[in-house]
Formats: sequence, structure tokens, C-alpha cells
Amino acid sequence: MNYIPNAEGDVKEMLGAIGIGTGDMEELFRIIPPALRPLSFNLPPGSSEFDVEKYLRGLGRKNLTELVYFIGGGFYDHYIPAALDAIVSRSEFYTAYTPYQPEASQGTLQAIYEYQSCICRLTGMEAANASLYDGGTALYEAAMMAIRITGRNKIIMDGGVNPIYRKMMYSYTSNLSIDFSEIPVSHGQSDRGMIDEYLDDSTAAVILQNPNFFGAIDDHSDISEKCHKAGALVIESVYPVSLGLLKTPGEMDADIAVGEGQSLGMPLSFGGPYLGFMAARKKFVRKMPGRIAGATTDGKGRVGYVLTLQTREQHIRREKATSNICSNQALCALRALVYMSLIGKQGFVELARICRDKAEYAGQKLGKIKGVEVKRSAPTFNEFTLKLPGSADKVIGKLLDKGIVAGFPLGRYYADMEDYLLVAVTEKRTEREITMFADALEEALWS
Amino acid sequence: MIPQDLKYTKEHEWVRVEDGEAVVGITEYAQSELGDITFVELPEKGKRIEQSENMATVESVKAASEVYSPVSGEVIEVNEALTDAPGEMNRSSYDKGWICRLRVDDAGGIESLMDAAAYENYLKELKQ
Amino acid sequence: MELIFRRSGPGKEGVRLPARDCPPAGAIDPRYTRTEAAELPGLSEPEVVRHFTRLSRMNFGVDSHFYPLGSCTMKYNPKFLEKIANLECFASLHPLQPQLVKGATLTQGALEVINGLERALCEISGMDEFTTHPMAGAHGELTGVMLIAAYHKSKGERRKYILIPDSGHGTNPASAAIAGYEVRSITTDENGVMDIAEFEKALDREAAGVMLTCPNTLGIFNPRIKEIADMAHEAGALMYYDGANLNAIMGKARPGDLGFDIVHLNIHKTFGTPHGGGGPGAGPVGVKEYLAPFLPVSRVIKGTDGAFALDYDRPFSIGYIAPFYGNFAVLLKAYVYILLLGGEGLRRVSEHAVLNANYLKSRLEHHYDIPYAENCMHEFVISAARQAERGVHAIDIAKALIDRGIHPPTVYFPLNVKEAIMIEPTETESRETLDRFIDVMIELAGLAEKDPAAFREFPKTAPVGRLDEVKAARDMDLCA
Repeated sequence: MNYIPNAEGDVKEMLGAIGIGTGDMEELFRIIPPALRPLSFNLPPGSSEFDVEKYLRGLGRKNLTELVYFIGGGFYDHYIPAALDAIVSRSEFYTAYTPYQPEASQGTLQAIYEYQSCICRLTGMEAANASLYDGGTALYEAAMMAIRITGRNKIIMDGGVNPIYRKMMYSYTSNLSIDFSEIPVSHGQSDRGMIDEYLDDSTAAVILQNPNFFGAIDDHSDISEKCHKAGALVIESVYPVSLGLLKTPGEMDADIAVGEGQSLGMPLSFGGPYLGFMAARKKFVRKMPGRIAGATTDGKGRVGYVLTLQTREQHIRREKATSNICSNQALCALRALVYMSLIGKQGFVELARICRDKAEYAGQKLGKIKGVEVKRSAPTFNEFTLKLPGSADKVIGKLLDKGIVAGFPLGRYYADMEDYLLVAVTEKRTEREITMFADALEEALWS
Repeated sequence: MIPQDLKYTKEHEWVRVEDGEAVVGITEYAQSELGDITFVELPEKGKRIEQSENMATVESVKAASEVYSPVSGEVIEVNEALTDAPGEMNRSSYDKGWICRLRVDDAGGIESLMDAAAYENYLKELKQ
Repeated sequence: MELIFRRSGPGKEGVRLPARDCPPAGAIDPRYTRTEAAELPGLSEPEVVRHFTRLSRMNFGVDSHFYPLGSCTMKYNPKFLEKIANLECFASLHPLQPQLVKGATLTQGALEVINGLERALCEISGMDEFTTHPMAGAHGELTGVMLIAAYHKSKGERRKYILIPDSGHGTNPASAAIAGYEVRSITTDENGVMDIAEFEKALDREAAGVMLTCPNTLGIFNPRIKEIADMAHEAGALMYYDGANLNAIMGKARPGDLGFDIVHLNIHKTFGTPHGGGGPGAGPVGVKEYLAPFLPVSRVIKGTDGAFALDYDRPFSIGYIAPFYGNFAVLLKAYVYILLLGGEGLRRVSEHAVLNANYLKSRLEHHYDIPYAENCMHEFVISAARQAERGVHAIDIAKALIDRGIHPPTVYFPLNVKEAIMIEPTETESRETLDRFIDVMIELAGLAEKDPAAFREFPKTAPVGRLDEVKAARDMDLCA
């Protein structure tokens, strides 16, 4: 048991070969003095698969999961095709390590190259890396990258950037001298006037998000133009499914695009593993964090793939590396690639349309409820803000009792928004569920 | 062969000084230690660089090495050709593989550098 | 193999999407839309499956090949772990759910998993509190260094350096640097451990912390570790334990008892979760009680009624280092692994990991140089210096192994050993596999003597021969 193949007989002989005639395994550890031995090591005895499964299914039942999700906030309940799990369950993929030996890892390496290509095509950017941990760390890495490229240390962040990511940004940089400014959104979109006011020749980057946390979509091209005039970079954080329809970071002339790739085939899994993606202008690629695969040839001219530009990375550059990242989210990047391949070019456009159509439909339904207002100062994709006649928390509580997660209460991160609810609709929500939601909301408010 | 008309540093940079200007590169020994050079991060034109200050980075597949300026001065020209053809530093380290040209200060610090004979001895010591 | 984009054709349809059972919405103002659809692959499902199945066959994995990659602990990944992580009752949970009113009551099972894992990791490592948030080992290191900074700040100090031995993983200095510290590198002594005299010299009142791997990357356990910790503490510096090599000492020693203040554990190395071709892993961080207030938000807490809740009100916390609770599915797998093996099982893991490594070492020492041969634990480093004199370098031996169906060990690391080949067999390999590896390594040592030129052609059996990395770096062909 314990996945150890060597039986007692083997162990004796092996110990003998080492020169331990007593057959006592403890001899292998004689370098550890008695005083340094564990003060305690009280763990329960091992169990069978059957018993562990019983216990964990019991825990699983304490999670309420038969819910209808209208919650997003950057993390969405999309359908995952069955073929995706079948492909990534191939142990040649998931039991491999980082492809340091390219000839023994062409499967992983070509997949990374194809993934990088898909991310570039989706975002309209020129060069992508092999993945980062999640959308938040990707945004932080992008900010650090902009600081390296420009040699400046001021960052302007749009208030529509996911508030969790903004908190992460502050945590990571709290020991560095970086000057942050946050610009609250104005009428749903980025506040041009205020960004302009803060933008100066010490600004490394302006960080924007599209759609923003409130669900509003924008065209940031004009901000890019101003930033570039000031010598600053534009970092655009995007929701990949929305790029089936929306203007790309590339089309908005952004310098670095990042985002959370969870919606590309990752289950919600209580927060991870997810996928941070990053793409940028090619001229910045040497300042990029993380692994990058590149195409090359062997002695016979056959095309193959390797990890390249490794001098940026920690195992070579040590304290001068562009980032400390080593393990990334490779299998999640593979998931994203397979997801995009299975949904396909036309399917991806259609997916975005269905999400938006259903969201618009839900917005119309919910907006008809007395006292409920859908914020429409800017167009939205599949997520929108509802103003309620009272506390969002109260409504959420009542709807949870009916198995509906109504949305995310914006008051959690924005002062004076206790009555606002952020509602997301994906392709998985049916007309019936939307109607049920509207009815339940009306009942919660008025009966 | 080590060119006789150049001066050298212990970090294996060479410099040719003529009429108040200095051309800087890395030596044959340095390029052979690095292996195939894949990228050179050139200094910025117009930048002032002090002697022994990091002026460029030379990268191979598995290493990145700093290049330290043998003299103090202002960068007046960089070898843009290296951007597309970094291999020139391998093929022609003393000629086409030059990194940049500096306008040297009076106190350029050239006196402190090794001449060809001294550098040759230094290499012999290293090899032992 | 042909790229997936080249297999794509117009009009091909992939997976059918859920029905649009509502009226279509009006078009979006074109100033907000992309001009052309992204050129994603366009294939049928069977073609996608075949493409990736063929790609997968071009990989070595633990299930198909011996994979003695030093410092990476490529052990067998129990299939049961995957089964549990895929259970709907965990996989479908939205991470924002516990932030809703009543939300925590709806995710009790998941919070109990996190709490249970934290408790188990505390007992295994001898620490008092754990955070599961860091998403990889290096992410744990960064979190740990941020904790060191927060600790000194709370004392009104701002220290400047992190001390790291030159045998340390590259992530150590990189993590210290991005958290705002300078690095002092300490050399290795003739016994293969950090030079204690040099350490003492570098350890002044500006030293914020010391980052160590124990056993270190040479596989050597430093019996003076406690002494080092005492010296560091005397100088006001904290001790950080890089848990990459914990697989060697479970049940035999605990970082917490050795004097470490902060540890990260590599879940994907020690606790049986797969490496996924480079990730995702998880790098939970454990601390001694006095550092607990600085841990990242949120914290899972257990109420007096036995119910779990999330605490965000942590005034001394370093803040958010992850959006939620870490790579939850990976953490769940590790918890399952610990439950399956139990304390006795984990102890046996380390015993067999160390046995297998020492067995390999004893059988190879006559054929290869082993610069630091004493006191190796779960891994050891041989040097191909002898073979290199014949023109056969570590990389050549690595490529020859590929042809013989073995994934190469880690090569050229640690940096303080010339022509390093770092071998970590793990406990899940049988003696037959080890014997075969030994035979192959001895064969290659012989071949290096007799016919060094033969190595230039390896690998011959892989889908590609040796790839031109110079060309890759110069051409920068990074996407199609």
C-alpha cells in the first residue's frame, strides 16, 4: 500500500547494498540528531479509498451546490464540454513536469505554443506567455512589467478593475515605492477627465478593465492614445469569453493584456486552480514574466518547440529575474486551449452572443420589477448592475433559500452601494431559470 | 589572437580609444565562454556611463552576462546591427561585434586598463 | 506535428452550445465590438480529440516513464485524488459564495477541507498556523518573504537583506528580490552545506531572514541546522524553510522543531498531486504562532458551535495574495492523499524515498563522480565531470536517457556542482526500475569511454532530435 512497490525482501537487499546490514530503515536517517526529531507527529492512521470517499462525499453534502448561479464578479459558470475532461485526463499530459527536456515533452510544448497563439488571436496581441497563476497575479505582474519597461513608478488604476485584484496589487507592492492612484468610474465607464489629470511623465501604466467590474463595456482607444503620448503603457484586463464579440485590447492599442482564464473551461472549484493569461507587444517580450514556448528546428530540419528566452527567468537570472514564477498553471492553459478548440472559431462568437442575449433578456425581465432599476449608463456584455429598493444582502439571503444565487452585493467592496446587486448570466442559464429569478426577486421585495 | 592596439578589462571587455572617443566590445574569450549569443541589450544613446558601470547585457540561451564599461563617458552611437544579428559578437568580437561608441571624459580611466600583453597573461592565469 | 490551426477548416462545427431560448438582443454599438472573429481553431470534436491524443503521446509522464527529476519529486499520482477533486459537490462551488450573506453556511464542506488540510500540514511540519492561498512553491516563498517584511515592520524595523545559500533554488533569490529585498548569497562548504563561517559574517542587524532548503538541493541534511536557526534568531532574522525537499523527512524531522519560523510546502511534490506539465501546484505557507496575525486574508476559522467561517478582519495581515483560498482542487487532492496514507504512511514515504535514492547512489558511485556523497537523503547529485573530459556532458547523458525510455534527471543544477546531474527517484519506483536505470547509467558511462562521439546523435527515438535553442531565442517565433 501507500503506492510503494518495494516489498520487505527488496528493502532488506537494498539496505544491504547500501551497507546497512541491520535491515533498519532508521539507519538512513542517522544524520538527524535525536534532539531534532519530531516533538509530535500525531496524524490519524491511513484509510482505504472507499472510506475516504465516504467521508469526503459527506463533506461535499455540506456544500450547497444545486444552485442556479447568477453570480459572476470575474468568475463564471460556463458549460465545460465532456471531451475537454477526457483530453486533459490523459496522464501523459497531467503527470509530466515542466518541459525542460524538449525532446521528451513535445506534446506539452506544442500545446503551449498553440495556447499562446490562441491567446494572441483572442486578445489581438503579438506575444503571450505560457500562463500565470490567476487573473489577479497576472495584473500585478503586468504592472511590474510596465514599471520595468518604462523605468517609472506611478500606476493609475481604474476603479472598475476587479476590487479583489486591486487589493492584491496593494498587498504585493506594499514594500516597494510605487505611487498608486485610483480613479472612480464615471457614469459606468472610465473617467477620461480624471485619468488625464493624473497622467504625467512619471506614469508607468494605466490599468483598465473591460468589461469593468460593474459589467459596463468601453472602448479605451482614446485613453491609449493619451497614455502613449505621455510615455505610459496601457494594461487591459479582459474577460476572455467577452472577446467573442468585444473590441480587443489589441484594437484598443493596449500594450499588455491580461485576464482570468477560468471561463475557458475551468470549473469554478471554489477558487482554483484557475489561469492567469498575459499577452503583450512583441517588443516587450523580454520583460515578460513566466515561461514562453517558441518554435525552432532540429538537425534534420523538423519543426519542434522549446521553452525559450529563459534568461528572463529565475532559474537563470535568480534575483534579477523578471518574476519569481516557476510552477505555473500549465494544465489549466491546456484546458483553455482544448476549450477554445472544441468551441471553435464560430462557436466562440456564438457563445458570446448567447451570453449577452440571455443577459439582456434577464435585464429586461428584472428591470420590470417595481423599484428595481437596471443601470444602463453604459452598454453591458453578460453582467450588469441592479439597483434595488433596499439591501442587496437581504435579497440574496431570501433567494438563496430558493436555490438561486442572485448575484454579488456590490456593497461588499464599494461604499454606499449596499443596495446594488451585480448579476451575471451565462449560456447555462435557461429562460425558465431567468423567469424563476425574476419571480423570486419580485416576491422577495414585495410580498 | 589578441589585438595589440586595444585595452582590456578583467571582465573581458575591450576598448579602442581614438580622438576622445572609445569603441567598446567583449573579447574573443568572453564570447567563447558565453556560447552562441542570442540577444544584446544595448545602452541608450545619450546616456552617461561611469567606468565599471553596467552598460549592456549579453544573453546566450542559458546565461545573461553584464557588460561593464571600461571607461566613463557618454554613449554617442550603438551598434544597432546587433539587434538583428547578435551572432556578430561571436563571429567578429573585435570588429563587427562592437557594442557602442562613447565620448570619453578627460578622466576616462583608460590608464587603469590592461594592454594586450597584460590581458594575455591574465587569460593564462585564468586557464590555470 | 502539424499545428491545430492547419487542421482547421471553414464551416466545421465543434461542440453544440446550450440553446438560446430567449429572443436575440439588439446589436452592440460597433465602436465596442471587434472587427473580425478571433482565428481560433475550427474543427469537429473527433478531430480535436485525435489532435490532442497524438500530442499527448509525444510526452514522457510519470505513468509511462521513470522520471527521476531532481528537486521535483515526480512520484506516482494516485488516480483516486483526481476522482475526488472532480466531484460535482466541490468542483461546482463558486468562490464568492462564502462572501454572501449566509454564504459560509453553504460551503461548510469546502471550508472543512481547508481547515482539515491546514491542521494536517501543521502537524507534519511542526508549525502553528497555515494559509492555503499560495498557488505554487515560488508563490509561497513570496508570501513568506512578505510575512518577514511585515514582521520587521511591526517591530519598527526595515531590514535590507535575505541570506540564501548558493545551492538554493533560483526562486529563492527571485522571491526575495521582488518583495523588495537584496540578496546575500552564501557559499557551500566542503560538506555540501551552507558555509557557517561565511553565514556568520553575513548575518548582521540588516539581515531580515534566511531562506534554506533542508535537506538542501544536494540532498544533504544539515545536522547543524538548529545552530544556524539560533544564530539567525539571535540577530533578529527569521528562518524560512523551502519545502521542496520535505519528501525526505516526513515523520523524521519537522521544520518547526528545527527552528524555522515560516515554511512553504510544495503540495505537488510531497503530497502526490500531479505536476500537470508545469502546474498547477500549490504552496501553502505555515508559520509559528507569533506570525499568524500577518497571514493573508481570508482565514478559515472554526466557531464555538463547530461551524466554519471566513475571517476578513485581520488588521495586521499582509492582505490578499490570491483572489480566494488558493488552488482549491489541488489542496483537496493533497488532503485526500494525507487521509489515504495517514501518519504512518507518510513516514514510510520518506523512508522509501531515502532508501531508493541511497540505493541508486551506492550503485552509481563507482561510475560517476559524486562530489558530496555523504548523508544524502531523498536525492543526490552526481557530476559528469569525468565523462565531460571525454567530451560527453551532462546534457548528452540526458539525451541518451530519453532514447532508453527514461526521463532525464535535472541537469546543471545546483549551480555549485560542475556538470551536475541531480537524481530523485521517489518512493513510488520499484527496485526493478531502479536497477534498470543503474544498468543504463553504467552503460552510458562505458559508452562515454569507448565512443563519446555516439552521444552527439542522441536522442534518436524522440519525435524530434536535439532542437536548436539558439535559433528559437534569435527568431522568437512565439505564436502562429
